[in-house]
Amino acid sequence: MDAAATRAAPVPRAGGGPILWLRDNLFSSWANAVLTVLALWLIYQVAATVLGWAVLHATWTGDDGADCTRHDAGACWPFVGAWFGQFMYGRYPDAERWRVNLTYALALAGLVPLMVPRVPGKLWTSIYMLGIFPVLAVVLLSGGILGLRHVPTDFWGGLLVTLVISSTGIAAAFPLGILLALGRQSPMPIVRWASITFIEFVRGVPLITVLFMSSVMLPLFLPEQWSIDKLVRALVMVALFSAAYLAEVVRGGLQAIPRGQFEAADALGLSYPQKMGLVVLPQALKIVIPGIVNTFIGLFKDTSLVLIIGIFDLLGMVQAGMSAQRWLSPSTPMTGYVFAGLVFWLFCFGISRYSQMLERRLAAGGERVVAKAAYD
Amino acid sequence: MAVSTSIRPSRAAALFGLIYRPEVRRAVYQVVLLAALAFVAVWVVNNVAENLRRQNIASGFDFLGRTSGFDVSQSLIEYSNVSTYGRAFWVGLLNTLLVAALGIVAATVIGFVVGIARLSSNWLIARLATAYVEIVRNLPLLLQLFFWYFAVLKGLPSPRQSYALPGGAYFNVRGLYLPAPVPQPGFEAVAIAFAVGLLLAVALWWWARRRQALTGQRFPVLWTSLLAVVGLPLAAFLVAGNPIGLEYPELKGFNFQGGIAVLPELMALLLGLSIYTASFIAEIVRAGILGVPKGQTEAAQALGLSKGLTLRLVVIPQAARIIIPPLTSQYLNLTKNSSLAVAIGYPDFVSVFTGTVLNQTGQAVEVILITMGVFLTLSLVTSLFMNWFNRRMALVER
Repeated sequence: MDAAATRAAPVPRAGGGPILWLRDNLFSSWANAVLTVLALWLIYQVAATVLGWAVLHATWTGDDGADCTRHDAGACWPFVGAWFGQFMYGRYPDAERWRVNLTYALALAGLVPLMVPRVPGKLWTSIYMLGIFPVLAVVLLSGGILGLRHVPTDFWGGLLVTLVISSTGIAAAFPLGILLALGRQSPMPIVRWASITFIEFVRGVPLITVLFMSSVMLPLFLPEQWSIDKLVRALVMVALFSAAYLAEVVRGGLQAIPRGQFEAADALGLSYPQKMGLVVLPQALKIVIPGIVNTFIGLFKDTSLVLIIGIFDLLGMVQAGMSAQRWLSPSTPMTGYVFAGLVFWLFCFGISRYSQMLERRLAAGGERVVAKAAYD
Repeated sequence: MAVSTSIRPSRAAALFGLIYRPEVRRAVYQVVLLAALAFVAVWVVNNVAENLRRQNIASGFDFLGRTSGFDVSQSLIEYSNVSTYGRAFWVGLLNTLLVAALGIVAATVIGFVVGIARLSSNWLIARLATAYVEIVRNLPLLLQLFFWYFAVLKGLPSPRQSYALPGGAYFNVRGLYLPAPVPQPGFEAVAIAFAVGLLLAVALWWWARRRQALTGQRFPVLWTSLLAVVGLPLAAFLVAGNPIGLEYPELKGFNFQGGIAVLPELMALLLGLSIYTASFIAEIVRAGILGVPKGQTEAAQALGLSKGLTLRLVVIPQAARIIIPPLTSQYLNLTKNSSLAVAIGYPDFVSVFTGTVLNQTGQAVEVILITMGVFLTLSLVTSLFMNWFNRRMALVER
């Protein structure tokens, strides 16, 4: 062999450094270099457009749509400022808005200790969140007793309604979904078929038709003198809808639990509720946390559909605000949607990140248990 | 069993002991459930009958044969306000299927591109794709539809100030106006050539499969059949002397006439649905590709397969097994989500039938039943396909 061919290649620089990183990750080949340049161009275009629209050409002060029409194409931020109250509370009376804020504070007081893994006392916080908080929230938001003015649900709106529907929806859907999932696995044919029919029926139709059903068919189903609040009807339908989806998620978890677990519980003489509640469900639900969170995020996004049956959630309020005569301008719709989008996005993204954190933690916990068992 | 016979339980205890027998309990539970369901059903039916009588609403499906009296802004079949409600049903259903079909194609293309881009070795491209997915799938679809419709398409100029696109197309607040192809004499030749090409491709595919089974030799089916399906009609097209004329849209009065008009509602719906669904498809594609173990690629290379063959014969079939079931459910989601059309005024099935027809006739029960029936049929067809596919694709093990 000749000497030139066997001469060693130069030693690569140790540690990397930015230039090497750039070469490896952005310019590893001609095609990659072209893609990188294209991507940089795209990022520049998007950033310039967004910055120009939201900051440079935006209107920051003004009293009506005419002020926003003067500058072209920029965001109309005073519109968001003027409607901010409605976006958050709907037509909830100004003097009573502290009640909504207090409800939020009470919810956070329970949620934060529940969500931060390090805080002890999960059992008591859960009892507070599931038993005490809902009562407090209904009393505070609806009023009519304890000297609080009654605020009918017609006046609720904006983010308040979005949060009320999604949180109540998931809280009601959760137990129902578990029952349906258990029903679907039941050895009793009638129970099984009833569960399967419900689940497949609901999952087969779009939420809109279910909401339509709540507004046109539910009144027909009930006796004349029963008039159910529009918001409550929507809540019931959203909860039933989510329950069917949750049931399928939970079923996935149930199917992943080894038969031995069921048999071991039977061998210990546990009753069916004990077997499910103490042995099977704790394991099954842990596996399907990502699925449950995805269902919740879907539910949170889907709450915006209630505007079609005339309930003004955050998106509905934005829609109402931008069609109001006073703020008509070419840039008002875009501004409203960007604002609503930011709020929705922060919630959904936050929830999904939290669930990823939880998933990693639980997975790590599982590994430790396994490792310890192997060691023993 | 001497022991059990020596302790003879009293009759009451024996009866009482029955409730500890699982089969007895199960029977009791089921009877109770059935009775409860039957009670609710009877109660609801009675209420409905009572309410309908009180509100003087007719029942039955006769209304489908009556004149509708309303117009629909887009129809794939002949329809006017003297057509029947039954005709309106088909108009809406076809509009839904149209938007679903177009949306599925677009969402699949975007989703695959983004999903593959997420796995790109180019850091910037991977990050861009991740940003797309994280932004789009965390925003409500309805918000995105509103964004495209009210904020983007409603902000376009009026027909007189339309954007003129290359090729004689126009884009304005009323929609997108494209030149319409009009077949000229001699076009039949192209159609026939296309049919022949299609038949040829099928025959080729069948023959190549047989040959490979018998001799183990492969035949480049993809290229030859593409040549048959595209090349033959193209040749016929050139031989017949360009037998397709174009009808250009023209500004007459306040709007464009002629050509193909794409409603802004349809465009907004397509943009919203395909961009939203693509973010989910991207994640499915990514998971599918990552789900094929690296050892499979290495084994294929060890066998001496080329890169292209490795991809076609080893990676894609295995990734498809992971990708296709969730992909189908995304297609179904897209079809169901197309019912959001009602919010921006695209005349889809829910908007025309469950919206307008229900409002005009007041026959909520029948209309909602038909609506649910249509969607359940779609789901059922999809899940039948899925079961067939799963059976076909399932790993055949020893």
